[in-house]
Amino acid sequence: MKNWLNPKSMTGIALIAIALIVLPHVVGMGGQAWVRILNFAILYVFLALGLNIVVGFAGLLDLGYIAFYAVGAYTWALLASPHFGLHFPLWAILPIGALMACVFGVLLGSPTLKLRGDYLAIVTLGFGEIIRIFLNNLNSPVNITNGPQGITLIDPVKIGDFSFSGTTQIFGFALSGPQKYYYLLVALAILVIIINVRLQHSRIGRAWQAIREDEIAAKAVGINTRNIKLLAFAMGASFGGIAGGIFSAMQGFVSPESFSLIESIMVLAMVVLGGMGHIPGVILGAVLLTFLPEVLRYAVGPVQMALFGKILIDPESLRMLIFGLALVLVMRFKPAGLWPSPERSRELSDKPVEAVK
Amino acid sequence: MDIFLQQIINGLVQGSIYALVALGYTMVYGIMGLINFAHGEVVMIGALVSITVTSTLAAAGMPIGLAGLFGLVAAILVCMALGWSLERIAYRPLRGSPRLTPLITAIGMSIVLQNLAMIIWGRNYLTFPPLLPKVNFEVAGAHFTLVQVAIVLLSAAMMSGLVFLVYRTKLGMAMRATAQNPAVASLMGVNINRVIAAAFVVGSALAAVAGVMVGSYYEIAHYQMGFMLGLKAFTAAVLGGIGNLAGAMAGGVLLGVIEALGAGYIGDLTGGFLGSHYQDIFAFVVLIGVLMFKPSGLFGEKTGDRA
Repeated sequence: MKNWLNPKSMTGIALIAIALIVLPHVVGMGGQAWVRILNFAILYVFLALGLNIVVGFAGLLDLGYIAFYAVGAYTWALLASPHFGLHFPLWAILPIGALMACVFGVLLGSPTLKLRGDYLAIVTLGFGEIIRIFLNNLNSPVNITNGPQGITLIDPVKIGDFSFSGTTQIFGFALSGPQKYYYLLVALAILVIIINVRLQHSRIGRAWQAIREDEIAAKAVGINTRNIKLLAFAMGASFGGIAGGIFSAMQGFVSPESFSLIESIMVLAMVVLGGMGHIPGVILGAVLLTFLPEVLRYAVGPVQMALFGKILIDPESLRMLIFGLALVLVMRFKPAGLWPSPERSRELSDKPVEAVK
Repeated sequence: MDIFLQQIINGLVQGSIYALVALGYTMVYGIMGLINFAHGEVVMIGALVSITVTSTLAAAGMPIGLAGLFGLVAAILVCMALGWSLERIAYRPLRGSPRLTPLITAIGMSIVLQNLAMIIWGRNYLTFPPLLPKVNFEVAGAHFTLVQVAIVLLSAAMMSGLVFLVYRTKLGMAMRATAQNPAVASLMGVNINRVIAAAFVVGSALAAVAGVMVGSYYEIAHYQMGFMLGLKAFTAAVLGGIGNLAGAMAGGVLLGVIEALGAGYIGDLTGGFLGSHYQDIFAFVVLIGVLMFKPSGLFGEKTGDRA
């Protein structure tokens, strides 16, 4: 462990802290929409870090990760909205949401432990779809999820009497709803990142890595691969569940549409594009892939106007086209991701390239 | 009873389309271990190209049957070129990179192709011109159309052709050798690059045919039609044991029939608790059930823990 108290790293931390505090106000000058996007970027950081435990640390390809986000979001929505007339406090729902997601993680994990790589991928994908289809259809005969309409009027996050929605005056500063959520999310993000870093270097983290590199060898040295793999699913899922709960409170509305397969794929893309298994890389991937489509949304139209004097190509499809191309190009030139862990890039450069695979 | 027969027929038709698409997935997977997520989009491009060519020619006065044939051929050629370029541009440079890298590239290509199609063909549903006269048959209370018969026959023919290619020709032998061990195959004088390119081109040709079939079956086509179809077809390939041709065909047909029966009977089975909109769940539940007991699919070879 590095010594955190030397003056150099102290100034570094202080600078980052100031940047994080000022950021929503700078971004907010472009409109509150950008602060919301910033908040989503942090939510995606949660999700990407959670998935990174499963895919990056333990090497289990999960294509249905968004299901846990959905479980967390719906848990919050059902326990804190007029839909059932329940209004649980934060301290009750957040753990329940994480626990529910965790249970679903084990539920998915236990029958699939025997499966290898891509078989696991398709089963997790199927699991994600099953959850979404149930959310979409559980409105009859008993109305649980309110079907495709989703659940509205979900309670915002409240700590004591302090609500995170709407504008409040603090020390003469007007803080908007999204800005308050931003600070909550940053605080949580720091916590999540610390947990992840500690996990990676713990006994469990090393066991995950051993399973990723060679499962049989891991078994041979006495790792209980079944429990450790289940633990990866469960922990990854609980992060997803917490992120889902906050998503639901922040939006005030959830519907099955937010939890489609493409979302799972996006989170996976964040993990791989950033640098699988490397926490700073994954964070970078999540932030970049959240902002890129949004920046393109604002840039594509005006750039076309400037270049050709009129809108030649539908901006919406052009922006996704560029997004897809960006994924392809990054993978082409940085196959290990934008910011891979040092060990991993060393492995890749030293290894002679095989003919195929 | 007639519902049963009817659903079997519907499932057979849908299943033979799944099987054709699944073959493309399984060939690529068998040879290079890659889930080609963009394969569903190749199906979509095939359908849209054939619409454009067929309706242009038909508008120019050509009889619809002949125009449809030209449309099919055009779709096959365009998709073959597309499959070849996908491999050449996107996947070949990534050989030897980490396992998930080409997967993300495939997802990227899928997004690119979908949006390219949206730019070219627009975001509206396009109606597919009816290629075959609307003739209805009735056997034992079950109805089916000429289009359905044609789909089943054509896919059977395509699959026999593929089996011939893989098991009776030199290229097929090279493909099987590469699938077993690329390094050794290449030492034996097999041109690996050519074989992989061939797998993509052949798979894309099948996808193009499947695209035209889906289009003429449902009489519409759309830039998003490929994704879910590709997903189902991939599920079918895994169900049969990915990398295995017979498995992909059986898995495709099986998935189609299970889905159709599921949609027909799920209401009765659960006393009306679950309706036919749970059809998609059936496919995945069966998949999970099969994989729990046979972890490498129905026909998959038993592999060690490490392949």
